Amino acid sequence: MTVDTMAAIRQTFFQECEEQLSEMELGLLAMDEGSADSETVNAVFRAVHSIKGGAGAFKLTALVQFAHSFETALDHVRSGKLTPLPDVMKVMLRAADVLADLVEASRDGKEIDESSYAAIASEVKALTVIEGQAEEVEEVIDFQPTVIDFGLPEITIDIPATPSHDYRINFSPRPELYGNANETVLVLRELNRLGIMQATCDTSAVPQLDAVDPGGAYLAWSIDLNSEHEIADVREVFEFVEGEADLSIETDGQAEVSDADIAALLSQALSGAPAVEPEAQSQTIAEPATPQMQALPETTSVEPASTPAPAAEIAKAESKTAAVVPTQTTIRVEFDRVDRLINLVGELVINQAMLSQRVIEANFAGSSSVVIGLEELEQLTREIQESVMAIRAQPVKPLFQRMSRMVREVADATGKEVRLKTEGEATEVDKTVVERLAEPLTHMIRNAVDHGIEAPEVRLAAGKPAEGMVRMTAAHRSGRIVIEVSDDGAGIDRPKVRASAIKKGLIAADAQLSDNDIDNLLFLPGFSTAATVSSISGRGVGMDVVKRSIVALGGRISISSRPGLGSTFSMSLPLTLAVLDGMAVSVAGQTLVVPLTAIVETSKPKKGEIHSLGADGRVMSIRNTFVPVIDVGTQLGFRDVAMEPERGVAILVETGDGTRNALLVDSIQDQRQVVIKSLEANYGTVAGIAAATILGDGRVALILDVDALVSGLLNDPLAGELRYGTGG
Amino acid sequence: MHDIGHAANSGDREFVAFCMGSQEFCVDIMGVREIRGWTPATPLPHAPPYVRGVINLRGAVLPIIDLAMRFGLGLTEPTPRSVIIVVQVHQQVVGLLVDAVSDILMTSEASMQPTPDVASEMAKTFVKGVYAVDGRMISIVTLDCVLPVTEKAAA
Repeated sequence: MTVDTMAAIRQTFFQECEEQLSEMELGLLAMDEGSADSETVNAVFRAVHSIKGGAGAFKLTALVQFAHSFETALDHVRSGKLTPLPDVMKVMLRAADVLADLVEASRDGKEIDESSYAAIASEVKALTVIEGQAEEVEEVIDFQPTVIDFGLPEITIDIPATPSHDYRINFSPRPELYGNANETVLVLRELNRLGIMQATCDTSAVPQLDAVDPGGAYLAWSIDLNSEHEIADVREVFEFVEGEADLSIETDGQAEVSDADIAALLSQALSGAPAVEPEAQSQTIAEPATPQMQALPETTSVEPASTPAPAAEIAKAESKTAAVVPTQTTIRVEFDRVDRLINLVGELVINQAMLSQRVIEANFAGSSSVVIGLEELEQLTREIQESVMAIRAQPVKPLFQRMSRMVREVADATGKEVRLKTEGEATEVDKTVVERLAEPLTHMIRNAVDHGIEAPEVRLAAGKPAEGMVRMTAAHRSGRIVIEVSDDGAGIDRPKVRASAIKKGLIAADAQLSDNDIDNLLFLPGFSTAATVSSISGRGVGMDVVKRSIVALGGRISISSRPGLGSTFSMSLPLTLAVLDGMAVSVAGQTLVVPLTAIVETSKPKKGEIHSLGADGRVMSIRNTFVPVIDVGTQLGFRDVAMEPERGVAILVETGDGTRNALLVDSIQDQRQVVIKSLEANYGTVAGIAAATILGDGRVALILDVDALVSGLLNDPLAGELRYGTGG
Repeated sequence: MHDIGHAANSGDREFVAFCMGSQEFCVDIMGVREIRGWTPATPLPHAPPYVRGVINLRGAVLPIIDLAMRFGLGLTEPTPRSVIIVVQVHQQVVGLLVDAVSDILMTSEASMQPTPDVASEMAKTFVKGVYAVDGRMISIVTLDCVLPVTEKAAA
């Protein structure tokens, strides 16, 4: 197997790990809520077990060891030996965090400092010690019908004086084993690790070459193993191939036959088909004299091939007893491919628009069949575009799950008791939005726990439960996603905020501010009320950064707070960054697009509404407030002389920080949805321009960056010089 | 035209030759993605004069560089015969506006002559060397710095 395939399989493993981790976290949180039914516990157990299994194949020892003790603790919960009390769940949740860290570290190939999680590891182990009366007692198997793993607590492995056992194992894989991408080499290697092994390959079942079924399995092994491990450990090696091979294990001469073996024997007897192992087939024929396992070609190092198998195998075992939950099948697709598809569909939409235009120009109106055909095409292209966009959509669930960890950590660090409640995790939004939401959301959650929620004693004194509550909800509302973070803490201390703003010179001492205005002071750069700067939040960067990143995503953020009852931060974001609702306007013969989110209103300036201010400044009066007028044409350098305001149209825009300006353009074309194209990819950033799009006629139109345009940075002649050096 | 059917020796390279005014230039064919006709470009605000704007290349936004202007030879007046040579420069794809494509050359690395020592800044910056072909002089253009240095590129 080449390095590339190995890397690919490794990548798949870590992708699956992410899913398992999220599954695990979800289950643990449900258990924490008190719904520790066997289905939930099993789901968590399976997730941890799968990670362990895969990690074993990649020799990620630290990960395997930790997962193993975690798994043991979970197994105790599953078997009823350990009750998932809040204290226990706290340890479990932290163990889950450590597991996630270990997976991440393994993925990035980082060294893991064992001391960093040693405390948790021993706490996890302690869980099984307190509850399990005798460590080495084998599990009561029939207590729980869904037992898959016979894994003994790790401690048994560490005991040095365990007497060794002689095992005789007969192992004959059936074709399904290979069909499920399992591999005998892997099993044998694993077995070899348990002790001193002597494997003999039985090739007697191999038929003549012309009778060989390439999909069959013809090889069997008899293995003598001398190991200090218990039979359960030996059996665990075969766990993933159980039911796919005929297996018998004799311990010190005593036969141990399992149900699976009998079932296997039966099925083989019924089918009566001999089996060949496709991999080893040619090998066996070429070298019949060396039937040892070493004869297997070493190059077929198939270890990782078993990674997809564990989950499937366990799921199979699970389905025997648990109710079968219908799951949607998914495929993994590279993001690039989706993007390419989206680009092509964008092209299709443009082409379709061009075609329509040509048909109208060519005056085909008389031929109604052409027009009807075109309308159908338009309908179809629109549907295709929507479906393709839906591919990029992702639920916010993983993002929310990351936040629950954040809440735990911050609550631990600040000595507060906080519970995170999430709603609407299934709400879908574009992948890029999900990714770029992580940082602002982290800030907000930290703030809510660190500043919002009071210390337990303060809460109790105020007549609230000691445990604070942070709620995070997501919902679709009129074509946008609205995410709210609220806490039931003290609310914003408005006098303190006001005093702090005055002290920092952000507002005048005698400024008249409404409650809402004061709340919005939090979003000013450099504002922080934290009396002591904590390592978690309160370094004076925070809410302004949050606001900036939300605005950069085309979103808005608002805040509402009631003293003593808590605060709510509400964010409204576009569902996708690939398309944008905009207003197409004409400026000096060019078509420009103004993002609709920035537009407040449009109006045709009348003579008396425009007033001059200073040398060349102009303001426009809108309902008795004066807003600066920005001539887009001169700002962008499309014309040298400012246009007469009366001949154009004023678009009143609001920027992220709430300031209003009137953009002066020649005329408004229409309102439309445009596909966003990057300018940076092939060129670079252009001041005042956010991105580009392609119009129906195939030409490129630029999308205005309203914030940059009104900030006046473009006026600075030096800025232009600095930006565009000669490149020499 | 040169015979490009020759089995390419390891030292042999192919170039796309084009003209701007009376001068001839060429670029390595490996960097050329396609050659297409001129379409009006959307101007970019505050761009240097040699950046003619951007056009739509099958869904991607393609900046158009007026190569003659870039080289200090004066603004190119696009005609229906003008062509855009779409080239890849590092990670970016740009279109070069030139008067016409004149030839495909096959020549060896060894026959490249160093740029004659002239005072022109342009020659020093953009010309890597010259070839003599049938009595003509064709300058080999290096495209590393045809695009303006923007914030992104400088970062």
